Amino acid sequence: MIEVRFFATLRQGRGKIAQVPAEEAAAALDLFRRFDIPAEEVSILLINGFHSKPEDPVKDGDVISLFPPVGGG
Amino acid sequence: MSDAYYEKIARINLSTGEIKAEPLDLEVAKKFIGGRGLGTKILYDEGVAAVDPLSADNKLVYITGPMTGSNSPSSGRYMVVTKSPLTGMIACANSGGIWGAKLKFAGWDALIVEGAAPEWSYLYIEDDKIQILDAKEYLGVLSEELDDLLKAKHGADCSVLNIGPAGEKQVLLSCVMNDKDRAAGRSGTGAVMGSKKLKAIVVKATRKQLDVIADVDALKEANKACLKIMTDNPLTGAGLRALGTASLVNVINGIGALPTKNWQESYCPTADKFSGETLAEKYLVKPGACFHCPIACGRIIKHDDKVIGGPEYEPLWAYGSDCGNDDLWAIDEANRLCNEYGLDAIGVPCTIAAAMELYQNGCIKEEECDGVPLEWGSPKAIIEWTRRMGDPKTELEWLMSAGSVRLCEAYGHPEFSMSVKKQEIPAYDARAIQGIGINYATANCGAAHVRGYMIAPEVLGIPAQLDRTVIDEKAVWAKIFQDLTAAIDSMGTCLFTSFALGAPEYASLLNAATGTNYTPDELLEVGERVFNIERMFNKAAGMKPEDDRLPKRLLEEPVSNGPSKGMVSKLPEMLPQYYAVRGWVNAFPTDETLKKLGLDECVGK
Ligand code: SF4
Repeated sequence: MIEVRFFATLRQGRGKIAQVPAEEAAAALDLFRRFDIPAEEVSILLINGFHSKPEDPVKDGDVISLFPPVGGG
Repeated sequence: MSDAYYEKIARINLSTGEIKAEPLDLEVAKKFIGGRGLGTKILYDEGVAAVDPLSADNKLVYITGPMTGSNSPSSGRYMVVTKSPLTGMIACANSGGIWGAKLKFAGWDALIVEGAAPEWSYLYIEDDKIQILDAKEYLGVLSEELDDLLKAKHGADCSVLNIGPAGEKQVLLSCVMNDKDRAAGRSGTGAVMGSKKLKAIVVKATRKQLDVIADVDALKEANKACLKIMTDNPLTGAGLRALGTASLVNVINGIGALPTKNWQESYCPTADKFSGETLAEKYLVKPGACFHCPIACGRIIKHDDKVIGGPEYEPLWAYGSDCGNDDLWAIDEANRLCNEYGLDAIGVPCTIAAAMELYQNGCIKEEECDGVPLEWGSPKAIIEWTRRMGDPKTELEWLMSAGSVRLCEAYGHPEFSMSVKKQEIPAYDARAIQGIGINYATANCGAAHVRGYMIAPEVLGIPAQLDRTVIDEKAVWAKIFQDLTAAIDSMGTCLFTSFALGAPEYASLLNAATGTNYTPDELLEVGERVFNIERMFNKAAGMKPEDDRLPKRLLEEPVSNGPSKGMVSKLPEMLPQYYAVRGWVNAFPTDETLKKLGLDECVGK
């Protein structure tokens, strides 16, 4: 399974966490599509806590965190 | 007068009661812009670096920037600049709200408060009239109530700056509050007011806007252009309004950089319980904004039966994971107490976290805790110890109220104090985010995140995404961020605008307002000048090269859990690179660097 964690406004209508069978997503971008998230709405994409690009591969056991533009100080 | 300054500074001697209006030296003002830069320059020239910070010889400069009170976005900032009793170095605490704009509307660029009042006093400013009034009846009054009392006396249209009981008692972690929930938070500025027996400064102004802008039309254009950039930017246009700075809890935890249990861990599995998302869901009433700010990052929350200012990211983290706690109501309550007692909402919870580690190791004994053991995650402990630090009575309460360095040294474990230059480190683990470590180590006011926010490029991807785990080019980035920040602070504009704006936009605003002709590079050079004169103030105050440091834990104890497991800070490699780009040797500017920056007054010192 791949765990997808949604944050801030991306939680609306999606909840906080979703599990996706590993064979159903090859790259992070596939997860965007699956959850109907336009790529431009994702400002920070973490794969296992490290900044990544939408086309980066994902695999079984990965934790994917998706954030819209957030920040502060 | 048409240069965004009123060209007037009030010098108030509380010992003698003398109040003088002095002309602002325009040439000097433009060279240092105002705010942080000009405030430091004044104190440097007047020899304040050498004085005892809690003596009558210290001076307090309350200073605006040329943009303060203007129609530019997010430009209501003022600064309290003084010698810090916490760090023994320069303090420049920056605050929003409306107080700074009102001071400017009253026709003052700055107040310089000297001496010490024989009896507790407060200042009442009504346009060009300044009076020293009796404050004895307000002693011991909490900050918010005092705001109400002084407004009841002087009119609802005035703005109130004050200290709570913590400042009165010269608690080293005390701050200056204004407009109820805005704080000039760090470095113990409240204690300096307390040492001068100055309880509050009330400002009332007839003017409702600045009438000294150099080129009104040009500023209108520049404002419009900047506002568009800020509105179009998803963070300054919507993100900060929606969740405030609190949105960072989950981001920083997500990368494994959320210090937990006094930095023994860096990932908190239950962080979502005190995140911006949960705060919004459970308690948020509406976003709050300082003077003329479209960003509105403030949190107005419902807390029991009251509507109050809510916590920012920093106290959420510090009272949250850093104290091993995930009870959000308790964080709101502890944060409220910081505002009421006038306490630094970073320094206080970080010191409680250090005390909890001392308790964990059996150094602080249960019998010293007066019924509230310093146990990890105890909501009661974070609330009660905050209250105690705001009005200390026992030996341990006094020790904790003086910050983690003094506390941990007293118990023989200085290594438990997560601080730099005696000031507690903010909410980002410098083992997991390399560049921010340079800022912590070198910020002139002691550990700070708002003196060069490397989190923007290293985590948020603003203006470009850097790899947080490597040190490449971080020294150059850190310098540029520090210099730009110093310029923005000196202008009186909120630093958060820099998520959207860059040096060209700031130069356009400043030039229109003041009639200067700064290019973006020249503006950065002013920022560099400010950073360097702060450093020279610190040198004169006795700073040593080894004060540019990080706690041993960050250099030698790898992150123990979460995504960043195994990482340590590589500060020893970055620091020489940083000094090289700054033109510094052994932590201080060379004479050549000082001359290049036009700081001839510092040459040979
Ligand atoms: S961005 Fe936040 S802190 Fe800055 S001026 Fe606006 S409301 Fe105040």
